[in-house]
Amino acid sequence: MGVSEPLLTADGVTKLYPGGRVGCRDVSFNLYPGEVLGIVGESGSGKSTLLNCLSAKMEPTAGSISFNTRTSGLTDIFQLSEPERRLLMRTDWGIVHQNPRDGLRMGVSAGGNVGERLMAIGARHYGNIRQEALDWLTRVEIAEDRIDDRPRDFSGGMQQRLQIARILVSNPRLVFMDEPTGGLDVSVQARLLDLLRGLVRSLGLAAVVVTHDLAVVRLLADRLMVMKDGEVVESGLTDQVLDDPHHPYTQLLVSAVLQV
Amino acid sequence: MTHAPILQVEDLAKTFTLHTQGGVQLPVFDNVSFTVSPGECVVLSGPSGSGKSTLLRSLFANYLPDAGHIKVRHAGGWVDMVTAEPREILAVRRETMGYVSQFLRVIPRVPTLEIVAEPLLAQGVTRDEAEARARALLARLALPERLWSVPPATFSGGEQQRVNIARSFIRAFPILLLDEPTASLDQANRETVVALIIEAREAGTAIVAICHDAPVRDAIATSLFDVTEFAAAA
Repeated sequence: MGVSEPLLTADGVTKLYPGGRVGCRDVSFNLYPGEVLGIVGESGSGKSTLLNCLSAKMEPTAGSISFNTRTSGLTDIFQLSEPERRLLMRTDWGIVHQNPRDGLRMGVSAGGNVGERLMAIGARHYGNIRQEALDWLTRVEIAEDRIDDRPRDFSGGMQQRLQIARILVSNPRLVFMDEPTGGLDVSVQARLLDLLRGLVRSLGLAAVVVTHDLAVVRLLADRLMVMKDGEVVESGLTDQVLDDPHHPYTQLLVSAVLQV
Repeated sequence: MTHAPILQVEDLAKTFTLHTQGGVQLPVFDNVSFTVSPGECVVLSGPSGSGKSTLLRSLFANYLPDAGHIKVRHAGGWVDMVTAEPREILAVRRETMGYVSQFLRVIPRVPTLEIVAEPLLAQGVTRDEAEARARALLARLALPERLWSVPPATFSGGEQQRVNIARSFIRAFPILLLDEPTASLDQANRETVVALIIEAREAGTAIVAICHDAPVRDAIATSLFDVTEFAAAA
């Protein structure tokens, strides 16, 4: 696969809810390998609806979403069979949920949470799985001696880092993140962002990051889409959109940020 | 000795529209055209508020002009920074065009030495060599050695500026954009930075700079470009 081939394409993605309420309307973009796309907007702007469509959790009313699969190139994700789509979600894709409880098994040890995803893609050797789990816990800054503890005994920041380890262990090419730093203390957020930024860059991951926090996208995203009332009102290079916003709504959003 | 231009600005225009202020229009410049070749240093001149920084930021694609072209020779072809895709602009910034601002904007909690060595590591230089070159440059810029292992967040303005300079000059960019590179430096450090700029220029870097300090400007400039001549009508 050449670098010039997109990894994910959205073409006219529209989601209407019953009663005609617009989730998102006519969203199109290409995401390239190693590229991080930020989607910002306030609550109700449609960014979560769009993320749910992109990550195959919700089928759009119109438009198409294609992923560049390892075997057959750009393929409409809703034309895949259910087992094919589940395989994709376990291997090439990772979803970082805002609430770690949605992405972790709280009653299973930290090592088990990471190992489980390896086993789901066929790993069977216990020693290898444990070693790989240990490697990943270290990379997300979780102490080795916590491997047998359950995530319910972890702090919020640690749970979020564990969720990230669980996803990255399967070596995905595309990661979806929904408010990855939401609900964390500011100091914990900064540490998590440092970590995410380092991992995304060093692994060459492509990512779609949905957030209302402009500081998060400034640090993580190469490019930005600003959403309002279900539509993309402005898009472009992240620092350009934030430093020279053109759309009235983007100007309002940027000017509303408190300078610290 | 003349080289073909590496940067071509054609009929560039920029007006800010402030929607939060009732749609007020702030015209900055219009019909700006100039070229820069390897080994040239064009210093933008004009009083504060004449649009020098807006022009420099436009060249880096941090601001989006309303009309015109900014053509950059990159990877064997030309990229127009006005119309290029984000990933093309990022590739230009990675390989072809560096920007030194007055302010250091880095990830929190990363030590100074790491910040300075990082551009070399990204190019595939070994860690030992990258750190050795970073140490040499920080020493040349007289940044006290005890600060090298500390993140620069708490440094003085002049110290941060030198970290910024070191990070930008540790590798050779074909094009460098400098926004007041010596603004908060003392005399000795200013001379070091001037020497670095001249070395880069003589090695073939094309430079566009904003610089209010007359002696520095006279030392680095090969030509002046007066932005006030292109002020857009209000």
